[in-house]
Amino acid sequence: MQFVISMHINPAVLDALTDEEKAALGEGHGRFIQALKESGELITTQALADPSQAAVVSVRNGQPVVTDGPFLEAKEYLGGFYLIDCENKDRAIELAAQIPDTAIEGLGVEVRQVMFADGLLEA
Amino acid sequence: MTTPGLEDLLRELAPQVLGTLVRRHGRFEDCEDAVQEAVLAATVQWPAEGVPDNPRGWLATVASRRLVDQMRSNHARRGRESAAATAEVLPEAVPGTDDTLVLLFLCCHPALTAPSQTALTLRAVGGLTTAEIARAFLVPEATMAARISRAKQRIKAAGSSFSLPGGAEREERLRVVLHVLYLIFNEGYTASSGRELDRADLAYEAIRLARMVHAQLPGDGEVTGLLALMLLNHARRRARTSAAGDLVPLDQQDRAKWDRALIDEGMELVKASLAGPALGPYELQAAIAATHADAATAAETDWPQVHALYLILERIAPNPMVTLNRAIALAETEGPRAGLALLSTLDGDERMAGHHRLLSVRAHLLEKTGDTARAYQHYRRAARATASIAEQRYLESRATRVRPPRPLP
Repeated sequence: MQFVISMHINPAVLDALTDEEKAALGEGHGRFIQALKESGELITTQALADPSQAAVVSVRNGQPVVTDGPFLEAKEYLGGFYLIDCENKDRAIELAAQIPDTAIEGLGVEVRQVMFADGLLEA
Repeated sequence: MTTPGLEDLLRELAPQVLGTLVRRHGRFEDCEDAVQEAVLAATVQWPAEGVPDNPRGWLATVASRRLVDQMRSNHARRGRESAAATAEVLPEAVPGTDDTLVLLFLCCHPALTAPSQTALTLRAVGGLTTAEIARAFLVPEATMAARISRAKQRIKAAGSSFSLPGGAEREERLRVVLHVLYLIFNEGYTASSGRELDRADLAYEAIRLARMVHAQLPGDGEVTGLLALMLLNHARRRARTSAAGDLVPLDQQDRAKWDRALIDEGMELVKASLAGPALGPYELQAAIAATHADAATAAETDWPQVHALYLILERIAPNPMVTLNRAIALAETEGPRAGLALLSTLDGDERMAGHHRLLSVRAHLLEKTGDTARAYQHYRRAARATASIAEQRYLESRATRVRPPRPLP
């Protein structure tokens, strides 16, 4: 079963971390990625640039209209995700709990099952 | 890509060659890699140069060379040589032995997770390449390769010997093997997510492996039951989806599209297994599938028998899914309200809370009682809860049929 584990980050919370805490966060993700690669459960992972760099695109009267993002007026934004293939939802949750963000108040980690996939990743 | 005949031959020979190699050298994990490389070499060379006169010997020779190369490089790395280990060996088949079962027991080792057991089984016993397995499970080849490699490390760490376990352990391990084959079949039968309702290749592989086990253990009722269950379900594959790719439920399937040859074979196996002693869960599920297969039309289904079989199944292997299926049969024999009453016993079961199957069965039964308003709600909730697009489309269409009329403005 495939799941997306998404990391919802709050830039203010990240900014408030000490350098040591930031380094520990990065190392935690590094270890997590390595373990997922070795167990054969990682499909891919990506981290996104800061939400302040987002462009919001809409089309009005056939013309594209581009405004500065982010689209959502929220404190938290999608910071990145893991796409994994594992035994079941329980295992996906067990894996999500190993992500260092889960231990930091104000950062959100969400597990959702994949319903449809296409592209060149799947083999 | 190889021709189908060649593919079948390779898949049949691969586990035999692997068994011979492991008997000769031990080192399951290295032998398995060597056989995989030999299979890949064959898929390149045989179509171009023709199938060798002794294809099994060819694979064994190539695999042995790869293994010896591998051992040599390992030894070189460690800075010592062992003449005995590097001697060129051409293992021959051990007469009268079939290592299929031993390999299956090893691949379905209890130290492995289910995805690892299925992947390793398909590669080492099914003779599939890593790329083929990755495609079937819709993951990148590198992901599947890592999973298989980890599985072999685990088996090595567990210190398993290449022999059949005895007594009670053998029984227990056989149940795991059957469960893994069942998982492979189900993955092919109904993809757990995604657009494809039917990944026929995996179902075909599961049936092929179940036939191999059945050939080794023809007297085991559960093995017979599992093979029969697969055949009877697989027989309906062409009727299960419409031309547009929509799901067609059992009662609306065109039974002329069922594969009679598979049904006949499945029915024979069910008869044979029912003649045996104590019935197991696969035998009972096969008997239920046979009861459906026996009905010329949906209306002629022997629902009292289906219900009775589910009742026994519920007793020997209690499980909320079995109760759910019994509720469907009960609704047919005693009416939808009796079915709904049985469903309400599952409400406290946290394994079923919000499960799309419970929601959709309840929706069907509510529709039958004429409570279209609640049926509509349940169909919509079920559609949201499933991760299968085909199932979701089906549930949405059922919801639309019972949608309450909008109040006039």
